[in-house]
Amino acid sequence: MRHGRSAFLTVWLGAGLVFLYGPILLMMAYSFNASRLATVWGGFSTKWYGELFKNKLVIDAALLSLEIAAVSATLATILGTMAGLALARFGRFRGRMLFAGMITAPLVMPEVITGLSLLLLFVALEQAIGWPAGRGMMTITIAHVTFSMAYVAVVVQSRLTLLDETLEEAAMDLGSRPLRVLFDITLPLIAPAMVSGWLLAFTLSLDDLVIATFTSGPGATTLPMVIFSKVRLGLTPDINALATIIIVAVTLVVVTATIVSNRLQVRRLAGARS
Amino acid sequence: MTDAAEPVPAAAVAPDAAPLRRTLAAVFDAAADAWRLIVVGVPYLWLLLFFLAPFLIIVKISVALSEIAQPPYTALWQWTEDGALQLRLYFSNFAFLLEDPLYIVGYLNALKIAGISTVLCLVAAYPIAYAIARSGHTARNVLLLLVILPFWTSFLLRIYAWMGILNKQGLINNVLTFFGIIDQPIEMMYTDFAVYLGIVYSYLPFMVLPIYVNLEKMDVSLVEAAMDLGSRRWRVFLDVTLPLSVPGIVAGALLVFIPATGEYVIPALLGSPSSPMIGRVLFDEFYANRDWPVAAAVATVLLVLLVAPILMFQHYQMRQAEADR
Repeated sequence: MRHGRSAFLTVWLGAGLVFLYGPILLMMAYSFNASRLATVWGGFSTKWYGELFKNKLVIDAALLSLEIAAVSATLATILGTMAGLALARFGRFRGRMLFAGMITAPLVMPEVITGLSLLLLFVALEQAIGWPAGRGMMTITIAHVTFSMAYVAVVVQSRLTLLDETLEEAAMDLGSRPLRVLFDITLPLIAPAMVSGWLLAFTLSLDDLVIATFTSGPGATTLPMVIFSKVRLGLTPDINALATIIIVAVTLVVVTATIVSNRLQVRRLAGARS
Repeated sequence: MTDAAEPVPAAAVAPDAAPLRRTLAAVFDAAADAWRLIVVGVPYLWLLLFFLAPFLIIVKISVALSEIAQPPYTALWQWTEDGALQLRLYFSNFAFLLEDPLYIVGYLNALKIAGISTVLCLVAAYPIAYAIARSGHTARNVLLLLVILPFWTSFLLRIYAWMGILNKQGLINNVLTFFGIIDQPIEMMYTDFAVYLGIVYSYLPFMVLPIYVNLEKMDVSLVEAAMDLGSRRWRVFLDVTLPLSVPGIVAGALLVFIPATGEYVIPALLGSPSSPMIGRVLFDEFYANRDWPVAAAVATVLLVLLVAPILMFQHYQMRQAEADR
């Protein structure tokens, strides 16, 4: 694509960014509003943050959500990387069409369908073989692994297809065993994709309301469920505070990860040239 | 398994190492085969069990009847008293969906709202993607990150942010009242307008990205050739750039349309309760009415409606993967 934007494009782009960020920034500003009413600016205050940390319900739900997100992101990264490798490097194998289909479908599948279908599966399994006994953290984790491994697989697969296969082939020709090639060459090359896949899976899990609601049981309330039930009743200032914390944390991690991975890429390119 | 190099000393010591080496090679080849099987097999089995099987169960329960039992639906088959296996299929749930206008209206609403939102999203996203693709290298990376970043931050909280803006006492009504443009607050919350806004807002990055990827890869020489031949900018755009970017547009449109059709959170928080989208109907059917078979039937029909777009999405996705090679 040639460089240079017309004035129209620049204005449109600016408007788009204002549209994307305006509501978020406004919400963050209101989290420091002393007044309970969103309409009135009652002066700067951090009292909603204090109130948030006193709320045991919110803290417990946040801890549960973080735990589920960490476990499911790790499993999803392992399974998703395997799936991405299989799709990008194994050529044609029996059942490849179905496999590729099951990897791409979760990316667009409406959450209500995924959630309901998994719940019905868990109920049927419990009835048939007694596992999983009841629903809670484990069933939510399984559900999250299932949809987020698809995202990891797509990220890993596209990274692998962009990578030159010659490096791996050269190692093979020099007599390296396939496993050595995998661990010494392929995995280090796709490590950045695995990291961003893990982060993606982590945030997807942290954010999911619908699928978690379907697959959860009594006693397992995740953070989005708490937020949703509060928000449904109207605006609550402590949710503004919570939103600010989550958004700032996620932004810091994602921006840092992007910068680090870009730096590494530049360094690797420089290393390859010298 | 990584110790593939270890047996080398043995081969160096023994003079008649050839058979041994051959055996070892065979063992390693077998290990590599086994490894391949594991790499494909484990995620494959996981998806068969937790992604494909659940759909079969949904279809199965959609032909059951609601029952006060645990689980609350009739079994697909049972043994009769004289020892025969009896298969019980009830299609009454589907008939029920046709009778009650709530469901038909729900499906039509969902298709309409998702369709219009997709078009709005495309109109908003195309110039953004185009502007990013035409930016310099550094600006491009920063802009791309800025567009993707909201996708990483909570979907639920971003919808919540709009509630504070669209509210009767929210920002828009306040500003408009302050400037004397309106004297009565405009009702924006709990309307279709709010749902359109919420969907376009949440799904915008999904539309920008595939279009950007497509534009970025586009063959510049075609555009330049058209320019050299004296075509006007707009003509070049309409005759060359736009047609070439159709794959990106289709991919983006499907990424928005399919999930938006089943959307629950946006209509539940911003939409009107009187004309719900089907995702909300399904959720309520399950949680308020506790009728699992009807909920399963609602999901089955939704899935049938979405099969064609989903297959189309997969087709584009796979073609994309092939093209990257």
